[in-house]
Amino acid sequence: MLGLGILSGLLIVPLCGAAFILTLNGDEAAVARNSRWAALATTIVTFVLSLVAWSRYDATSSSFQLVESHGWLAETIRFKLGVDGFSMPLVLLTTFLMPFCIGASWNSIRFRVKEYFVAFLVLETTMIGVFQALDLVLFYLFFEAGLIPMFLIIGIWGGQRRVYASFKFFLYTLLGSVLMLLAVMAMYWEAGTTDIPTLLQHRFPAEMQWWLWLAFFASFAVKMPMWPVHTWLPDAHVEAPTAGSVILAGILLKMGGYGLIRISLPMLPVASQEFAPLVFALSVVAIIFTSLTAMMQTDIKKLIAYSSVAHMGFVTLGLFTLNEQGIQGALFLMISHGIVASALFLCVGVVYDRIHTREIAAYGGLVKRMPLYAAAMMVFTMANVGLPGTSGFVGEFLSMMGAFRANPMVAFFSTFGIILSAGYALWLYARVIYGKLEKPKLQGILDLDTREKLILAPLVALTIYYGVHPAPVLDVFAPSTEALMTGMKAALANTQTAAAALPVPR
Amino acid sequence: MYHAIVFFPLIGALVAGLFGRFLGARACEYVTTAFLAFTALLSWGVFLDGGPEVRVQVASWFTAGDLTVDWAFRIDTLTRVMLVVVTSVSTLVHLYSIGYMHEDPHRPRFFAYLSLFTFAMLMLVTADNLVQMFFGWEGVGLASYLLIGFWYEKPSANAAAMKAFIVNRVGDFGFSLGIFLVFVLFGSVAFDGIFPKIDTVKEASFHFLGHDWNALTLACLLLFMGAMGKSAQFLLHTWLPDAMEGPTPVSALIHAATMVTAGVFMVARLSPLFEVAPDALIVVTVIGGITAFFAATVGLVQNDIKRVIAYSTCSQLGYMFVALGVGAYSAAVFHLFTHAFFKALLFLGAGSVIHAMHHEQDMRNMGALRRYIPFTCAMMAIGSLALIGFPFTAGYYSKDAIIEAAYASSRPGHTLAFLSTVIAAFFTSFYSWRLFFMTFEGPARWGAHAAHDHPAAPAVAHSAMAHEADGAPGHTEGAAHDDKGHDAEPAHRSDLVADDHHGHGHDLHPHESPLVMTVPLAILAFGALFAGLIFKNRFIGEGMDAFWGQALAHGPDNHIMHEIHEVPALVSLSPFIMLVLGFVVAFCMYIKQPKLPGALAAQQPGLYRFLLNKWYFDEIYDAIFVRPAKKFGLFLWKEGDGRIIDGMGPNGIAARVVDVTRGVVRLQTGYLYHYAFVMLIGVAGLISWYLMTGFPKGGH
Repeated sequence: MLGLGILSGLLIVPLCGAAFILTLNGDEAAVARNSRWAALATTIVTFVLSLVAWSRYDATSSSFQLVESHGWLAETIRFKLGVDGFSMPLVLLTTFLMPFCIGASWNSIRFRVKEYFVAFLVLETTMIGVFQALDLVLFYLFFEAGLIPMFLIIGIWGGQRRVYASFKFFLYTLLGSVLMLLAVMAMYWEAGTTDIPTLLQHRFPAEMQWWLWLAFFASFAVKMPMWPVHTWLPDAHVEAPTAGSVILAGILLKMGGYGLIRISLPMLPVASQEFAPLVFALSVVAIIFTSLTAMMQTDIKKLIAYSSVAHMGFVTLGLFTLNEQGIQGALFLMISHGIVASALFLCVGVVYDRIHTREIAAYGGLVKRMPLYAAAMMVFTMANVGLPGTSGFVGEFLSMMGAFRANPMVAFFSTFGIILSAGYALWLYARVIYGKLEKPKLQGILDLDTREKLILAPLVALTIYYGVHPAPVLDVFAPSTEALMTGMKAALANTQTAAAALPVPR
Repeated sequence: MYHAIVFFPLIGALVAGLFGRFLGARACEYVTTAFLAFTALLSWGVFLDGGPEVRVQVASWFTAGDLTVDWAFRIDTLTRVMLVVVTSVSTLVHLYSIGYMHEDPHRPRFFAYLSLFTFAMLMLVTADNLVQMFFGWEGVGLASYLLIGFWYEKPSANAAAMKAFIVNRVGDFGFSLGIFLVFVLFGSVAFDGIFPKIDTVKEASFHFLGHDWNALTLACLLLFMGAMGKSAQFLLHTWLPDAMEGPTPVSALIHAATMVTAGVFMVARLSPLFEVAPDALIVVTVIGGITAFFAATVGLVQNDIKRVIAYSTCSQLGYMFVALGVGAYSAAVFHLFTHAFFKALLFLGAGSVIHAMHHEQDMRNMGALRRYIPFTCAMMAIGSLALIGFPFTAGYYSKDAIIEAAYASSRPGHTLAFLSTVIAAFFTSFYSWRLFFMTFEGPARWGAHAAHDHPAAPAVAHSAMAHEADGAPGHTEGAAHDDKGHDAEPAHRSDLVADDHHGHGHDLHPHESPLVMTVPLAILAFGALFAGLIFKNRFIGEGMDAFWGQALAHGPDNHIMHEIHEVPALVSLSPFIMLVLGFVVAFCMYIKQPKLPGALAAQQPGLYRFLLNKWYFDEIYDAIFVRPAKKFGLFLWKEGDGRIIDGMGPNGIAARVVDVTRGVVRLQTGYLYHYAFVMLIGVAGLISWYLMTGFPKGGH
């Protein structure tokens, strides 16, 4: 098919859908209805296509697969796509979550419906592109391009303070991006190419690694987000429409983690090891501080946003433990959090659509009239606190275990997270779901309708399924993790022998 | 077969939980109870057959690097004992609940939770590795949370449910770290991978929190922290009394017979580890001894019938930990076994009393019930006798063995444990009889009687009891606290019993419970009377070694189970002496001279208040943990994120941009925030530096 492979297809299908929606015209109601169905159809086709890609993927191999390379800016800067154990699950997560986002926007978006869905489909292309790009410039392009549709989604369809939130989001991420661009250029001058597989083999000088690492870290840390550059996230979440929050929590945050595992750790192993304590410190601070902050929130979405920051703390912690448990745990937590946090935001959307407030104090006693909703929310709350048997447990447990192997002290502090998460999550649940149904506004509230059941049921099932049987995801990470570890060990051993003559401060 | 035992309750829970609304409450009750009865039959079969240790692989859970975690059952004598205890009590509680909960509109949910709990508990006791045990551990915690908060409209029930979960999480904090350390030491989390390698890591040391520890001692202490949480031991006990907010059958099943004994089970299961960590065992002994004593003192003055029994449970768990601490693992498990019968009996009996009194729980509003509910009274009497260790009842054998073991041991801490268990035996006898007399004897202080008695006969026990609270200056806290007991009634039913709610209604006719509730009582009473006699020989007698096989480890120097036969006669007699003493004192205070308790309380207001308020643990924890955490959280949000980070970063920049574009250059320097920002960054930097240089990476 025009020499394009299935991965290009994953990028093109959403764009085609967007183009099709743009051509729609007629009376407003008809356009809105048609764009919804078109968007849903597009995202489902994309998901099916990604499943086809998955069926052709060999999960036992650590190499890049389904690779395709097309001429682009230069012979050394190509349009190159491919997936491995780190990116394949994230591509699937993205395509899987998109139909839910469209479903969640079904009735709640009331104006500029056409443009909204176009923005979402373009966003999907850029997100998939980030995970598939095998060229640094291409990666950078997708990484930054995703900002624009997200900026528009928050800024146009967001809540009251949407302009403030979208500018804050933009300012923060832009700062990191500039540094990343510089780093990409520096890498090109050093290695003569931006081809990621080639760069993975390239040994950058130790001095240079420091600067490169810091530059990339600035960008990824903002995206994660890590403490103390996390404050854009609660605002962005609060103001974004439900589907925007789902994408933010589900996918955009994972780009930071993906960047760390794709670029920082394997290409800059020496600096990564040197800076691990800094990452540990920031992660531990994130876990404890943001959990405490989450506890005191009065806005449901802000609470979940802060809890996301805390969970991302476990991800960065796990990645830099530099052992199998930590890295696989962190990666698994990314997928699990993608499902659970998305589901929690969808749950907030359900009641927001009915009552139009996110204030915790406005709720109470919902279980009386919404037993199904309460049950679904219970599953996600428990996954959020990392109860064994839900997907949240496996990731948290493994990353903490990895941390314990790397540095018991760090594990000790991060484990406080399991106490604090129980505190904020159960308190939220008690205030919203339990208690007496007294507020007049809530008296007539209805339980989940068919659309909402269809949206939440698969997420409930996956949350429990991956909790009991995480192997389908976890085992995909294994070969790539192993390859990464071997590569890093070799690189570190090399520098150590080189620097053996020098006294190394430890 | 083992699959059936573990998974049938899960199927029951799913049927009741998912299809409850279509099947109807009756069908859910029958399905879950029948499934449980079936598993109980299978469990008894497995238990009586005995046999060697079996490992049953169910599935693989997860693998990461050299860590492999399976879903698998490890069936040995210890597991078989637990299977019998869990499934039997659970079956009886299911049956009893059909009667007890018959007015509740949410019965399918209730039975689903009960069966879910049973499943999680069975996963816990059959676990073949620490992570699966943790699954069951947190699973029972979830079920406990759901059941304590079952009457979700009551704020006190919600608070109690949250408290139970979070306090248990504090214990799980230790448990998790313990699992990590065990993995680092042994390279495995499966018991089969851990126990054979113990000798190789016996001497290893581990650097943790700036201290070089014996690695195994540290691992055992961390794991024991989990046990302290789950088994409500001293310092982490505060959730258990509050858990009485749940329906009474729940208290019997979860907060008396099964879940709270999980900590005891864990230590017994890990006895090969603890045996080589004597320092950890000292901690176990001391914590157990303190708990046995502390909980018993609080039990002396409580007025809510369920809270008395709750503190009694806490205290008895302390006994079990004392036994574990001195190395008498079999005595601990034996007490766990007998305790399950008589404590479930006491709770279900108390439930029958509460049922008869239309959900009155305050013993000050009871009295003279023997004439109205003679069967329940008899059952409570049997339960109390077994609890205080009356000769030849179940408690007699197991509790005396523990006290003798505490005496016979030569490990540090055993004297404290011995003294506190003996004194606690006296307290146990006292509060058991106090409960019995206040509930079943004396004049009636409810319904029409209360109205007549109160003004006319100030000398009767009721006013004495009233004095007991009124006489103490601190009675407001006590009263406020007791009010929770009154409220242990779902709001949707309160209109039905509004009159009786405060015990002063005029048309209260206590009635005996239906057969579906009394039959479980009778079965448990049989166990409370004869379980000791029947099983003594196997658990702690001559048949011990054959019975336990390899399930419990005893170090080469551990002969405690033989030494207990050589203690002086006075030591053997001491529990009985305490029992008689407790009876005499309680009889004097509550039958002969009902004014005495009030007078005593008035005379020692400080002590009385101290005990009534449970040594002020809740207040202390609130002041040093809960409130500072909230304050700090608020500070981090408003000041940290709001002013410092945003103020310095995006808002500052945005504000400058806006200012400039408006042509108004305002110089808001905000020096304070600069300082604060520098401080925060400094803290982060300091921690980084500390981590980079201060501590060598993992390993030993």
